[in-house]
Amino acid sequence: MNETSVLWEEIIHGGATWSHVVKRGTALRITDLQGGANVGAVFYNFECPAERYNMPDTLKAQHIARLAKGFVLYSDMGRILCSIIEDTVGWHDPIGGTSSAKLVDAKYGPSRYQEHRNDYHKNGHDTFLIELGKWGLGPRDLVANVNFFSRVDVAQDGGMSFAQGNSKAGDHVALRAEMNVLAILNTCQHPLDPHPKYEPKPVLVSIRRVTAPGPDDACRISRPENGRGFALTERYFL
Amino acid sequence: MSGINLVESKLDPAKAIYSQVIPAGEPWIHLLKKAQCLRIVDLRGNQAVDTLFYNAHDYSDRYSAQDTIQQQTNIYLTTGTKLISTNGTVLLTIVADTCGRHDTLGGACATESNMVRYALEKRHMHACRNSFLKAVMEWDHGMTKRDITSNINFFMNVPVTPEGKLTFEDGISDPGKYVEMRAETDVLVLISNCPQLNNPCNAYNPTPVQVLIWDGAEK
Repeated sequence: MNETSVLWEEIIHGGATWSHVVKRGTALRITDLQGGANVGAVFYNFECPAERYNMPDTLKAQHIARLAKGFVLYSDMGRILCSIIEDTVGWHDPIGGTSSAKLVDAKYGPSRYQEHRNDYHKNGHDTFLIELGKWGLGPRDLVANVNFFSRVDVAQDGGMSFAQGNSKAGDHVALRAEMNVLAILNTCQHPLDPHPKYEPKPVLVSIRRVTAPGPDDACRISRPENGRGFALTERYFL
Repeated sequence: MSGINLVESKLDPAKAIYSQVIPAGEPWIHLLKKAQCLRIVDLRGNQAVDTLFYNAHDYSDRYSAQDTIQQQTNIYLTTGTKLISTNGTVLLTIVADTCGRHDTLGGACATESNMVRYALEKRHMHACRNSFLKAVMEWDHGMTKRDITSNINFFMNVPVTPEGKLTFEDGISDPGKYVEMRAETDVLVLISNCPQLNNPCNAYNPTPVQVLIWDGAEK
């Protein structure tokens, strides 16, 4: 992406929530500023939020249990919400889910606003719901999320383990919006992160203009399924 | 928890209070009371039984694939697995399983995902998410597509490799294998007996399954 095409950028503090309608023709780049960040994310078709990111459709269309450059995020309607056009990490977790108040209390101890002001402990579930609520959405719209910058390995017996040190300072991932996509993000720690302290990391988000994916676009040609996914997405705008 | 945990049930089918065969391609929706046990029988082997659960007192508190696998730190469902909701409620516990492994990452087929996975011309083919939608609309309690979320595929084998690939392996189920779960609260059960004709997981041959229910007192 052309560095000069940045329209705006903003830091999301650790343990914070954020949302934006990423317009078709732009890309959202997320940069891990310190290393070890986790960005929980869910995505919706802004024009009709009943159409939303679908974990199983994304995984089975591409035969993956990780996200990386060249893969795309599918909605439940066979369309591509966004494509991963840049990625210096190589593995983002689509299966581990998000944290709850119960998990955060048990892991890091309770911490209320009254005593800790804006450093009070946030969790993924509640921050997703708060941010969804701002767009008129709620618990029925909360679906399986992505965790950018985190990696969960699966052993032969199905056991899941969090990979430490997956993302370094300066690592980034860029998502090209293929529709007008409501992105709901938070920077809460990954639920399987064994780190004993409540230390959610900040990220930088930037919005840039990007060119539309051509016939030889890397995400389009990465699999025949994705070629069909792009065709269905482009039909939506005809 | 290991990936396979074979446990037979002591419940007697003759004492079940409910028994129903669900033909392939049909949905089934049913209220299960706390402490009741639900058994799903794979009558002819390797049939995908796409299943969703809801807290019967609040349908927005529903089965969560991610919370379920996160809580047990294992992607496979088998005996001992607690099926967890989005609010952290334990909806049901799997108490018996003669198949040994069930999937919750592969989701349900849809006409739209069939177009992506197989061919744009496949739109006309019947799919689980059509059955789910028909069932929740006929249930007539205000449920819509927003309530159709990532489901369980009972009897399906969908391993993840160390390289992060999702694979669809030959089934490990056989005729007569079953999975049984106890309701830990009142739950609404929604099943689509999968009509998928494009996937070798069911040998391209969707078949009937049976559901049985026992009252808690029968344990």
